[in-house]
Amino acid sequence: MVEYQNIFTRIQVHGAPDLGVEAGDSPVWRGKTTGKSTLMGRIGDAQIGPFYLGFTGVAALAAGLTSFMIIGFNMLASVNWDPIEFIRQLFWLGLEPPAPEYGLSIPPLAEGGWWLMAGFFLTLSVMLWWVRVYTRARAHGMGTHVAWAFASAIWLFLVLGFIRPLLMGSWSEAVPFGIFPHLDWTAAFSLRYGNLFYNPFHMLSIAFLYGSALLFAMHGATILAVTRYGGDREIEQIVDRGTASERAALFWRWTMGFNASMESIHRWAWWFAVLTTLVGGIGILLTGTVVDNWYLWAVKHGVAPAYPPVWDPAAVDPQMGGN
Amino acid sequence: MKALIPIVLIVAVLLGVQLIVSFERPPVDTVQQGFRGTGMEENINPRTEAKLVEANQAPDSYGPTEPGGPKASEIYENVEVLGDLTEDEFTALMISITAWVSPDQSCAYCHNVENMASEEVYAKQVARRMLQMTKTINSQWKDHVADTGVNCYTCHRGNPIPQQAWFLESGPAESAGGFNASRQGQNVATERAGYTSLPYTALEQLLVEDGNIRVQSASALPIAGQPGVGLQATESTYSLMMHMSDSLGQNCTFCHNTRALGNWEQSNPVRTKAWHGIQMARDINNTFVLPLQPLLPEAHLGPQGDIGKVSCNTCHQGVSKPLYGAPMLTDHPTLGVASD
Repeated sequence: MVEYQNIFTRIQVHGAPDLGVEAGDSPVWRGKTTGKSTLMGRIGDAQIGPFYLGFTGVAALAAGLTSFMIIGFNMLASVNWDPIEFIRQLFWLGLEPPAPEYGLSIPPLAEGGWWLMAGFFLTLSVMLWWVRVYTRARAHGMGTHVAWAFASAIWLFLVLGFIRPLLMGSWSEAVPFGIFPHLDWTAAFSLRYGNLFYNPFHMLSIAFLYGSALLFAMHGATILAVTRYGGDREIEQIVDRGTASERAALFWRWTMGFNASMESIHRWAWWFAVLTTLVGGIGILLTGTVVDNWYLWAVKHGVAPAYPPVWDPAAVDPQMGGN
Repeated sequence: MKALIPIVLIVAVLLGVQLIVSFERPPVDTVQQGFRGTGMEENINPRTEAKLVEANQAPDSYGPTEPGGPKASEIYENVEVLGDLTEDEFTALMISITAWVSPDQSCAYCHNVENMASEEVYAKQVARRMLQMTKTINSQWKDHVADTGVNCYTCHRGNPIPQQAWFLESGPAESAGGFNASRQGQNVATERAGYTSLPYTALEQLLVEDGNIRVQSASALPIAGQPGVGLQATESTYSLMMHMSDSLGQNCTFCHNTRALGNWEQSNPVRTKAWHGIQMARDINNTFVLPLQPLLPEAHLGPQGDIGKVSCNTCHQGVSKPLYGAPMLTDHPTLGVASD
């Protein structure tokens, strides 16, 4: 029996380069250079390229590189240009937003100006990349599902670094750049605003995030399990349902009484992924602007249960309103 | 590909070793203190506990002193703080202080032994101020030290400069400065900040200056015209809490119900003690320690020329009750009485 399995395969298809279908817009930026990689062929398509950069691609890379350099060189300066310390401390180094006293004004470079500039170029880069994703999909006559999914992630990014700080009236509310600095910021954000776990949009976001992982695992496993019946040709199976679809569907009806269809499973996955960042962004946007302490909000609305008293006497605030 | 396998194996083994030595291995004994399911508990690692117990033993007692007899102020010259003691009590305390603070350097660490009344050794003036400090702690800060009290040994442990005093931290490498971004007192690995990227300046902000520690608002919704506390201040509070956690050898849940860290009603009442401890550390640093800075020789100052200051760890040293709660005022009750 002829067997073709991507990943773990011993067989690789190396033929003449596939330059893709005519896109109709005869772009000047469309590359013709391709290569072959056996290593890549082990996990996907062995053909590398052709690349398409275009104006938005080049501009996005330039803006992204500018931002990357601003962040990187400021990190290097923060250890006095010592390359060894730079590598040792890399996970700790960061570029901090301005202090609260600067509000939304443009601070001196050393006091957050570089952060503002890095944020501007990173935002520009991400936006240009989005345009590129959109226009490339259109040029190929594809739907724009990828662009809108990407837009959902950009929404969360903009809320964190731009929209919410604007509403709060201070750049200091935004996220610093850096590996540990942004993680510490995340913890501090939840601490400051009374525990983000009580934020219903954070709850939803987590449900969609974990749901995405679960759906991905279920779908991937289902398709792999029926590839021997041609199930990996999902598109054909959507149009002309074959035994692979029948078996996969019956499997899920047996095990949980319901099955998604060959088509709907992809909408399930897309919406779960998109809603993760969409509702996450809403949750962040409401924090500090509309709700200042999510735990107290949850108590007010009957979400957080009360625990019976354990200590007698209970702890009391030693100084009301003090430090 | 085959050449890569040993390299991958070596890296995996190294990472494995790193993983093992970075963590305290389970099981850790926990004593439930809060309501079930909240994780509010005291942690004791049975493998490190023996070492901690050994390192935190109360000093040998001097033993009881004879009552009566003339007062120290009548016999000795220039006794400002301890003049009301009997000669026997006074001598006993001097011997204890030597054992607690300068066992190797003996009396001469503070006194000109030719003329014990002389003020020429700076350490004598420091010691007098420290005695007043001890008396203040034991009489004014009972909310934190209770009747257990503290004596010189609580911090000094046989060293003229307490080993757990702290100096201003500047991180392992200086920032280039100029128009390059300031790292704002954070974002390098320091022991002070528990090897996080949090501010390493939290102790000076919150245990010397009276910076804002409370960051959560007391109302569910924002109140117009009352801007809340910023995230940078929150990070400083977080850093201080890491310090407290390290100093006491406990987790956040020793004091807090972590679902509502700022809420007092759900906290372990020991949190109130900790709150008084923070106020006490500020008072000690500002009233007693910092004014002594000009007296100290350079060798006893930190790399930035500052005097060693007091934090939670100066007394606690990894234990939730310093020296496992051994009473510190039994031999020398005068240390528990306010000075004039």
